[in-house]
Amino acid sequence: MDFGPYLMLASLEGAVTAAVLALMAAGLSLVFGVMRVVNVAHGEFYMLGAVLAWVVASMAGGGAAGFVLALAVAPLVVGAVAAAADVTVLKHLDYDPERTIVATIGLLYILQQLTLMGYGPEARPVEPPFNARIALPWVEWGQGGPQLYWPWGLSITSYKLFVIGAAAAVLAGLWALMTHTRIGLMMRATQLDGEMAQAFGIPVERVYALVFGLGAALAALAGVLIVPIQQAHYLMGGDALLLSFIVVIIGGLGSLAGTVIAAILIGMSDGIISVFFSPTLAKIIATLLVAFVLVFRPEGLMGKRAR
Amino acid sequence: MTETKTPSAGPADPSRRSAIATLAGAAAATSLPLWARYTHAQTAAPIRIGFQMHATGIGSAYGRWYDRTTQAAARLINEAGGINGRPVEIITEDDGTDPKRGAEVVEKFATQHNCDVGYGTLFSHVVMGSAPRAGELQLPYFVVSEGHHVASGKLNRWTVQPGITDVKSQVMAMAPFVAETLGKKVTMIFPDYAFGHDHRDFFTEAMAANGGEVIAKLAIPPTETSFTKYFPKIPRETEVIYHVMVGPAVLTFVKEMGEFFGPSRPAIFGFIDSLEAVDLASPGLEFLEGTYFWEGMARYAQPDQTEFDRHYRAAIGIDQNGASTRDPKDVSTYAHMFGCWETLYVIKAGMEAAGYAGPADRQKLIEAVEAMTEWPLSNEHPQGAKLFNGKTHQVFGPQYISKLEGGRLNVVQTTPIEAGFYPDEVDYTTRSF
Amino acid sequence: MTARVLALHGGLIAVLLALHFLLPAYHHGNLARVMVLACYAIGYNVLFGYTGLLSLGHAMFFAAGMYGMGLPLHFLGIGAELAFLAGLLSAAALALVVGLLALRTAGVAFMIVTLMFSEAVYLTILLAGKWTRGDEGVVLERAERVFFGLDLSDPDIRYLAALALFALCLFLTLWLVRQPAGRVLIAIRENDERARLLGYDIFRHKLAAVVISGTISGAAGAAYGLLFGYVGATFAEVQYSIFPLLWVLLGGAGTIIGPFFGVLFMFYLIDLSSGITSAYMLIAGIALVLLTLFAPQGLAGELRRRRMRWLP
Repeated sequence: MDFGPYLMLASLEGAVTAAVLALMAAGLSLVFGVMRVVNVAHGEFYMLGAVLAWVVASMAGGGAAGFVLALAVAPLVVGAVAAAADVTVLKHLDYDPERTIVATIGLLYILQQLTLMGYGPEARPVEPPFNARIALPWVEWGQGGPQLYWPWGLSITSYKLFVIGAAAAVLAGLWALMTHTRIGLMMRATQLDGEMAQAFGIPVERVYALVFGLGAALAALAGVLIVPIQQAHYLMGGDALLLSFIVVIIGGLGSLAGTVIAAILIGMSDGIISVFFSPTLAKIIATLLVAFVLVFRPEGLMGKRAR
Repeated sequence: MTETKTPSAGPADPSRRSAIATLAGAAAATSLPLWARYTHAQTAAPIRIGFQMHATGIGSAYGRWYDRTTQAAARLINEAGGINGRPVEIITEDDGTDPKRGAEVVEKFATQHNCDVGYGTLFSHVVMGSAPRAGELQLPYFVVSEGHHVASGKLNRWTVQPGITDVKSQVMAMAPFVAETLGKKVTMIFPDYAFGHDHRDFFTEAMAANGGEVIAKLAIPPTETSFTKYFPKIPRETEVIYHVMVGPAVLTFVKEMGEFFGPSRPAIFGFIDSLEAVDLASPGLEFLEGTYFWEGMARYAQPDQTEFDRHYRAAIGIDQNGASTRDPKDVSTYAHMFGCWETLYVIKAGMEAAGYAGPADRQKLIEAVEAMTEWPLSNEHPQGAKLFNGKTHQVFGPQYISKLEGGRLNVVQTTPIEAGFYPDEVDYTTRSF
Repeated sequence: MTARVLALHGGLIAVLLALHFLLPAYHHGNLARVMVLACYAIGYNVLFGYTGLLSLGHAMFFAAGMYGMGLPLHFLGIGAELAFLAGLLSAAALALVVGLLALRTAGVAFMIVTLMFSEAVYLTILLAGKWTRGDEGVVLERAERVFFGLDLSDPDIRYLAALALFALCLFLTLWLVRQPAGRVLIAIRENDERARLLGYDIFRHKLAAVVISGTISGAAGAAYGLLFGYVGATFAEVQYSIFPLLWVLLGGAGTIIGPFFGVLFMFYLIDLSSGITSAYMLIAGIALVLLTLFAPQGLAGELRRRRMRWLP
């Protein structure tokens, strides 16, 4: 494949990765920003979203209706599970950062094992509602000026385009929620100073439960969206957690815009670097790139310099 | 190593047991009788086979079916009178598909459960992590892994692979078909770890021997979940794509390959490892229609199905399509799990030949298995006739090449056992126990 | 005060020595493994519990020790003694480089930077598959594992070697945290700004902590490979970076004795519950949640809070 089309293909693939990553990382960033805790079980909420998508879609007999139903049901269920975990466990830990890590590792074990017992060890697919292969053209400067042609292999599917669009829409909605609604105001107030917010009559405990649930629901939504491309598997949460964790830190703590930019950067660079190097070497370079961004800009891309 | 220790069956090994006697008499008084009682009871007690199962972790889809196969074979062996008149008991421990836990499980078999043998490991890194401990504990260790690790001489006298052929042998048997029928210029796509590297090295060699050529090698890092970005690295002149992927992302891999090539694809040859435990009617797999697969054993019952295959399917509860009789969506790992069945029967034959009575006879068991040479196609060996090489501790058998047609795999060629032969790389029989 | 500290830690070593003669083979083997992993946890604790730096990449030091020992031993045949030293040096060198870069960051950024370096180390092991055999790893023959004439594959020698290493790490860190330099580390953990104002060179102290922590972790990795005969890429995976954090938090961060009990607890939690049910991860998960609810400081941390305020 020629260099130009290859780069375009890798960028498109990177954009799909970035879209899903941004959605999931936004959830983690919300929890991290408002509650100041690392939720190690965040990846499992993503996994639960994917698994529930399979359950709902197969109960509804597959097809587009099943998928749409899953899109609505899975985030709600997962959000409720997460809110319940917050009220029963995290609240009693006073959101101590270190204890929360251990408790959410415990939660991770519990969710994985329950999924393994109820759903099994297989990777199961969900049929996308639509999935047309779209061959893409490329411009070439021939003798008579620019010419369009269809390079071998350069294509994307309609579903992948939909994922990019859906993620963008949800993130816009989240941004509107945070900046233009009362509940968003409460969250931002709690993020700035929990004690002060409490003093001003904001029900901080309920805000925490809501934030934790909302963060999990976003992860679950990302899970539902990805499952027609990848498959639902009970161990899929691990790598997703790490990637979204990285995105949140690179973006800068508590900055939604930073999170989205970082997701695009990491998703795209993962795709584009793979053009130039052998696959494993490309991964190593992408990994080190992340490390060096932080070494030279420890507060993240959009974060404020602390102290 | 000149010293040959007697296998320790008791809870403490001899040197420390004498230390107990002198240093802590009271503690010894409570522990020794227990130990003594156990060995005396051995003759009537069941044969204990420690089954190292990938119940959790990356290998769990395989582990589940290895378990079902193992339980079915053990049940049949017991119904037919057990081994040397003693019932067989399967002691299952989960290793989490992790080499560290695997080694611990082997220790548990040898020293806690007092198993007679350890058995059933699949993933090669777990085999590599566990085998040294099996060797040190002098526990016969029967792996069902298809790795080349046993025959390469990296392991020890106590580790045997009598139920499934190794990668090197499989790959060598496939190369003539690929070169003659599909094309000479091959691009390989494989996971970037040892299993994939074995495919890469052995197949490249075998293709060269058959007048073909591997023109590109794409090693995909493990944990990768999206693949499209790598496909442009496939050279345009590729005539055949050879793929062998493992792990939960394989469906994505195949699907994205289909989306990448669209209507104009080269010939495709894959190892069924890419799609074990996956329903071939899954959305996205239509693309593979008309492509070829290596199968260790034919998932779909063939027109010339043997009575042995019928017997085997019935015992485990597998239908004509290789899925569970209770749930047609629950697809088995049919191309690999026969190895468990056949290995258990080899253990049985070995114990009978050795007159195995208890852990003191473990060495005799290994020697008896090493002395075996062939097993005919039978209820005990439903996958096909086997030749066993006692020097390399590795079995050789037929391989199947199937074509995906109308959503099912039809065998188009069965390669003879000899097609997978290669010169011995080790002689374990010259090593000490 | 020093007397009872010595009595406690010396007592633990004495008990472990006594157990060598008493334990049945299975638990004897387990305890040898637990002691080696406890060294890893002790190394981690130097950085996390005493200096307050949370690393998510310690598996790279464990792996550096393991491969730094294993590869020269297997391919160059330099003997177990020199190989062990090579393992230590590899881990120390890696820790120095990582420390110089990663210590430019703090807090969550430090977590990510260490995580990323560790991931790069893991992938490099796969990339060098020609020698490392990637995930499959390298088996070390019994004949290679002879350390000053001692056959490390022998269960008795293995146990005693593990005990010796454990005792060494235990007393080394006990000594370290009672040194002035060690107290500076604790001061950095409590309030690094104040420590800086008092005139301490924070960066150099932190760097020293990273190198010491990495070297001890590497020693554990090298010892693990020598004692159990296997060197594999799994040990460089991210879960082996999470484990020491979990062990230390369970046992009690910032206690000398805690990491050992964290490892012991976690090991038997998995081992015993897997005997009861195949769903042992469920039990492990519930136990972790309950423990954080009812013993927030970890096992030894609770002991210090409730009974033994003098516990170092």
